[in-house]
Amino acid sequence: MKNNKLLPYLLVSPYLIHLMVFVAFPVIFSIYLTFNKWNIISPMEFIGFGNFLRVFQDALFFKALYNTLKFLIVHIPLQIIVALLLAEILNQKIKFRPFFRAAFFLPVVVSGVVVSMLWQQLYGFDTGILNRMLSTLGFGKVGWLVDPNMAMVSIAVMATWKNVGLYVILFLVGLQTVPPQYYEAADLEGANHWQKFWHITLPMINPTIFMVVILSTIGGFSLFIEPYIMTGGGPLNSTLSAVLYIYKQAFTNYHMGYSATLGFFFAFIILLVVVVQKRFIEKGES
Amino acid sequence: MKKLILYITLIIGSLAFIYPFYWMVTASLVPENEIESLTLLPHSISFNSYIQMFEKIPIGRAFFNSIFVATMVTGGVLVFCSMVGYALSRLRFVGRNLIFYIIIFTMTLPFQITLIPNYIIMVKLGWTDTFLALIVPYLINAFAIIMFRQVFQTIPQDLIDAARIDGCSELRIIFQILWPNIIPSLVTVGIITFMATWNEVLWPLIVIRDENLMTMPQLVTLFAVGGRAESQLGVKLASATILALPIVIAYLFFQKYFIQSMASAGMKE
Repeated sequence: MKNNKLLPYLLVSPYLIHLMVFVAFPVIFSIYLTFNKWNIISPMEFIGFGNFLRVFQDALFFKALYNTLKFLIVHIPLQIIVALLLAEILNQKIKFRPFFRAAFFLPVVVSGVVVSMLWQQLYGFDTGILNRMLSTLGFGKVGWLVDPNMAMVSIAVMATWKNVGLYVILFLVGLQTVPPQYYEAADLEGANHWQKFWHITLPMINPTIFMVVILSTIGGFSLFIEPYIMTGGGPLNSTLSAVLYIYKQAFTNYHMGYSATLGFFFAFIILLVVVVQKRFIEKGES
Repeated sequence: MKKLILYITLIIGSLAFIYPFYWMVTASLVPENEIESLTLLPHSISFNSYIQMFEKIPIGRAFFNSIFVATMVTGGVLVFCSMVGYALSRLRFVGRNLIFYIIIFTMTLPFQITLIPNYIIMVKLGWTDTFLALIVPYLINAFAIIMFRQVFQTIPQDLIDAARIDGCSELRIIFQILWPNIIPSLVTVGIITFMATWNEVLWPLIVIRDENLMTMPQLVTLFAVGGRAESQLGVKLASATILALPIVIAYLFFQKYFIQSMASAGMKE
């Protein structure tokens, strides 16, 4: 009998150990780190709120936030529009649907490393295929990754290309939950294509849109390997992302205390943004 | 007419997703000086980029490292998370709901906050430059626990009771009686975990410096940004192709499962 009482705890013990070592302790330790200056080698030095004050005066912290915002402003709408368009088409009676679906999904399974290396070449200024195409059509070359105003937009477009296949599938699932009677009733009322889309489809797939917004937001704040490979955060720090900045502070400058503080702030901002988005969308629903 | 527009959109769309990969593969197979003019068909084929790449980086070793790490993590997640999921759904004990809420709560915790402290833990444990650093932190996954908890809830109690009367231990119930009944969930969790581990690159970049222990994405990344490719494009693209190949082959064979798994994972979050 005693054995039976202990058993559930034995079964959940892997989780509890993991929770203690890799979640609870790190969170507490990161709070502790934010009050210290530490390069891992020499002893920690207590500096009170020094790291916090530094964040508010750190131009690069705000630059990384601004870059993330820029990324999201391009990425989220583009992702929703492209995914919805492709899902709408795939939801019609279409031949070869599995093929198209599989093609759109291909970049989702491939490593971000591959996608970044590949697009770095497509975006090349002189010999990249995009600029070669533009030249052939008689347009000027675009500084996809070398123009500070353009670089983050280019990365946002690439990220859309990589992820959109997943959202096509999610929207497709959402579209298939709409009862066909709704459309039939609308047809009787003489509604046109746009009206049906606007008044029936869109409200029904609102939860999916919400999910896309949240996942894309988290993705934007987690951006790392793309700028790491393609631009190193440049030109002029215009593609410095939140995680890339944390990484650089920790492993280029060995500012462990400060980079933990950055992690703390970015995590807080992510939660804040997601909560605000949630409120906003729930209000839109009611 | 309307159908035609739809098909044209779909074909342009799928070309936009497939052509870049086609270009990458062909660019890795032509002589270096041809890459910049390559659009569709190569003029000549050369395996020079691959030969050079195999000479420059231990990609074969990295492949086996990746296989080893991803297999260990996937196996661990399936075993440990189904144990936890089973306890949370089928056993009664004090603190059960609390643990469940903690799991939900920790799922919302952004990883940015634990990244640096976790690195320091690895340093203190002496796990940097070992496979332990790549495997152990990933053995538990909140998403997988939730998934298993949910599917175990759907199993009839009779099945479990009958097994208990036969004298089965709880572990045997989980792995011998219940696992055969939840194969789709095992496949879903397995594919997602394997793929996520296979493609993970930030954490390896932080905890591994020894080239012999690197997984493929890390090795290829450092090859791409470091100076060793001597700015030869073909060699870099060859390494990117080799990195993409295993998962693309797996995808071609198990396409349906990949898409279903990723979709159901997306829904959960």
